[in-house]
Amino acid sequence: MTNIICIICPKGCNLIVSENGGTIGHSCARGEIYGREERINPVRIVTSTVKISGAVHSRIPVKTKTHIPKHLISDAMRLLDDVELTAPVDEGFTVIADICGTGIPWVTTRGM
Amino acid sequence: MHELIVIGGGPAGLAAAYGAWRDGLRKILIIERDKELGGILNQCIHTGFGLEYFKEELTGPEYAGRFIKLLQTTQIETALDTMALKITRSREVHASGKQFGYAVLPAKSVILAMGCRERALGSLGIPGTRPAGIFTAGTAQRYINIEGFMPGKRVVILGSGDVGLIMARRMTLEGAEVLACVEIMPKPGGLLRNVVQCLHDFNIPLYLSHTITEIRGSKRVEQAVVSKVDEKRQAVKGTGFAVDCDTILLSAGLIPEIELPTAAGIKIDPKNIETSAPGVFICGNALRVHDIVDNVTTEALRAGSAAAAFVLSEKIHD
Amino acid sequence: MVDVVIIGCGIVGAAAAYELSRYKLNITVLERENDVAMGSTKANSAVIHAGYDPEPGSLMARLNAEGARLADELCDKLDIPHKHCGALVLAFSKREELLLERLLQNGIKNGVPDLRILPRELVLEMEPNLSGEVAAALHVPSTMVVDPWEYTLALAETAVRNGAEIRLECPAEGITRIPGGYRIHTGKGDVEARTVINAAGLYADKIHNMVSEPAFTIMPVKGEYYLLDKNEGARISQVIFQCPTEEGKGVLVAPTVHGNLIAGPNYVPSKDCGDFATTAGGLAFVMKTARKSVPEINFDANIRNFAGNRAISDYNDFIISEAKGAKGFIDLAGIKSPGLSAAPAIAKMAAGLLTAAGLHLTLKDNFVDKRKRIRFLELTPDERKALVAADPAYGQVICRCETVTEGEIRDALQSPVPPRSIDGVKRRRGAGMGRCQGGFCGPRVLELLAAHYKRHFTEVLQDGAGSHVLVSETKRNPLCMN
Repeated sequence: MTNIICIICPKGCNLIVSENGGTIGHSCARGEIYGREERINPVRIVTSTVKISGAVHSRIPVKTKTHIPKHLISDAMRLLDDVELTAPVDEGFTVIADICGTGIPWVTTRGM
Repeated sequence: MHELIVIGGGPAGLAAAYGAWRDGLRKILIIERDKELGGILNQCIHTGFGLEYFKEELTGPEYAGRFIKLLQTTQIETALDTMALKITRSREVHASGKQFGYAVLPAKSVILAMGCRERALGSLGIPGTRPAGIFTAGTAQRYINIEGFMPGKRVVILGSGDVGLIMARRMTLEGAEVLACVEIMPKPGGLLRNVVQCLHDFNIPLYLSHTITEIRGSKRVEQAVVSKVDEKRQAVKGTGFAVDCDTILLSAGLIPEIELPTAAGIKIDPKNIETSAPGVFICGNALRVHDIVDNVTTEALRAGSAAAAFVLSEKIHD
Repeated sequence: MVDVVIIGCGIVGAAAAYELSRYKLNITVLERENDVAMGSTKANSAVIHAGYDPEPGSLMARLNAEGARLADELCDKLDIPHKHCGALVLAFSKREELLLERLLQNGIKNGVPDLRILPRELVLEMEPNLSGEVAAALHVPSTMVVDPWEYTLALAETAVRNGAEIRLECPAEGITRIPGGYRIHTGKGDVEARTVINAAGLYADKIHNMVSEPAFTIMPVKGEYYLLDKNEGARISQVIFQCPTEEGKGVLVAPTVHGNLIAGPNYVPSKDCGDFATTAGGLAFVMKTARKSVPEINFDANIRNFAGNRAISDYNDFIISEAKGAKGFIDLAGIKSPGLSAAPAIAKMAAGLLTAAGLHLTLKDNFVDKRKRIRFLELTPDERKALVAADPAYGQVICRCETVTEGEIRDALQSPVPPRSIDGVKRRRGAGMGRCQGGFCGPRVLELLAAHYKRHFTEVLQDGAGSHVLVSETKRNPLCMN
């Protein structure tokens, strides 16, 4: 049995997940899935920024397009160190196509 | 004359203006002090926005972007780099900025959507020195996410409000070491999900029922003394320990920005989007601090509708 | 070789520089910090005392009364924010009422105008938020409050406009005698001068000892303060003192020129001259004592605590004299309260001592004795419209709490003694002084400073040397994730 606080929504339900993945304490279907997954393969959406020149600001925000394994967070971050974009850039622009073999890209979260 | 002037182009102002447009107003102006619309959402690059309103998880800039794009389909005007300095009960807005210099703009209705500010160090009354390296969490967030600069490398966070928690993770991801998050209350101030994904995920210790009792350092912060507090939130003698750090972030509460209406003698009831002045409405964090932006949006749409109803009913009476 | 070197640019050094810049003299001011007014001048009660307090016949008594009169003129001429608010000295007991009588007689002897003792009812009518426990009060109509930063700055700027040179970050590290004067060794080269004025405040004894045998010692004595939000500023309209003790004028509650409320100071010996830390005990004492005068003060409206150090000497008076065996080396030392009030009179006395030491003072024909600044906040809407139309930078508001515009900050950067740090801008223009304490305008002021000095953001200082705001750019920082 594992105690997990659900991070799917601001409610923060206290989940109890059993060895076979059965979850109690959730108040929605997404929470149930989260509890099961979090026990075996915790994943996160990571957000950060990359350098941009010729824009209103000197950084543009980015995110992993979808969840990546938690243990890859620092490797994913390092991929952004040397990126430098030039304005204009659209929202959803692919900054890094494949984060550490996951096939998941880093994309911008706004245009600039 | 404008039918509606919205003060503030953050999430509340954007939704309020859109709500009024949707309900039939056509001469609407948003006054925004920054160089772009979106307000604080522009620097809130993390996810967690929009689950209620858009039924999907968005980052701050994405959430703001949805409304900015929506506004582009309307003829709502915006004055960027413009600060509202004064309002009157008779709905005149004094504004200063690039677009029209200093101007006194009359309006048939006004929506106040100035958001909130962070509680600053002074009101916390922490003894010690006042060196560089003490920031509110939001100011640090702006430096990191918008300007691209690190305010420090060894960080203690005072207060566990959401902005502080989010910044604990953000600074860690940019190479800082967050040594402690210190909360005077027995439970965290921010959402539990943020405690989990911002502190637990990165093994950042959370000291509940603790506070900073002294700040040390002459030029830049050198140490924060952290002490346990009793039930009356008084520091317990002999429990203090010094943490070597170069930065202290404050995440100790948000305060609605209501100086404009207050100076005009306009009364605010935190439960009511109507103010004591007819035709002047207020919404979002300027009215009361909301946990999630989706609720700000819903409330601001209502304020927009209310302003539209006010203006349109006056028209009928005319 | 210059005619005069002034060591220290607090209120006393700045007043001396201003006074001497009337004359055909080459003047160099050496200041150890990166701005003027960084020592005792930076953190005090900001009161121009009327002068009822010092012992009649003392230097303090004479110079306070004269200095206060001069300060009033200077504030008008040099556009220094000030308020003629008056003061009340409260008595809470029969014994203290007797003390008021003594202060009244003192004051009359010192030439303080319009003093009178008011009964309880009149006091409470004047200031309804005072404690009901008050028994009587001495009313002192001539007490003023001033902005000590800008007072110093106005004097320093005017001195520079009239040809004086101010060298910042230039501490005097040693002095040797040379024929006809002195050679002052600084971290940035030597300066030779016919005469020297020692206005080094907390460090005046050390400077004195560089040329003469030890004659006095300066002990830093800390005073801690609360500065409250403007929404507390209207609680009282005058400076509220309690009866003075051996430890000075005690804890006062006063309106500031900017509309805030200030409460303090206590009186506690400091560890050293650089010890500006507030303490839990000190702040609690100030809060409790201030509430004795004004019980309803809302200390939750605190926007800043700070501490200053008084330069207390082992003499019970100012030390204003030529150092023994050092011709033309004038000590202006032990300038404790009422030093801020007395400063312009101290400067005139110093000029007299320089003459006595053989320096010829000839008035300039073209002495500039005017200064005027644009303060957007104080303008009417029509004035604002015209100003912004002529120069759009005045329309760009940088600090929302205090309504400070980009044009005003630019003016400061182009002034004779420009700010070198974010706090330097704050002291000059008020940006960051308000309730959000720079949370909003800090990044914007930092950007303006970086642009003006063509520096990288990470080089911009909060205040003194070494007080960097930002440590590096984001990205490429090694992660320390556990």
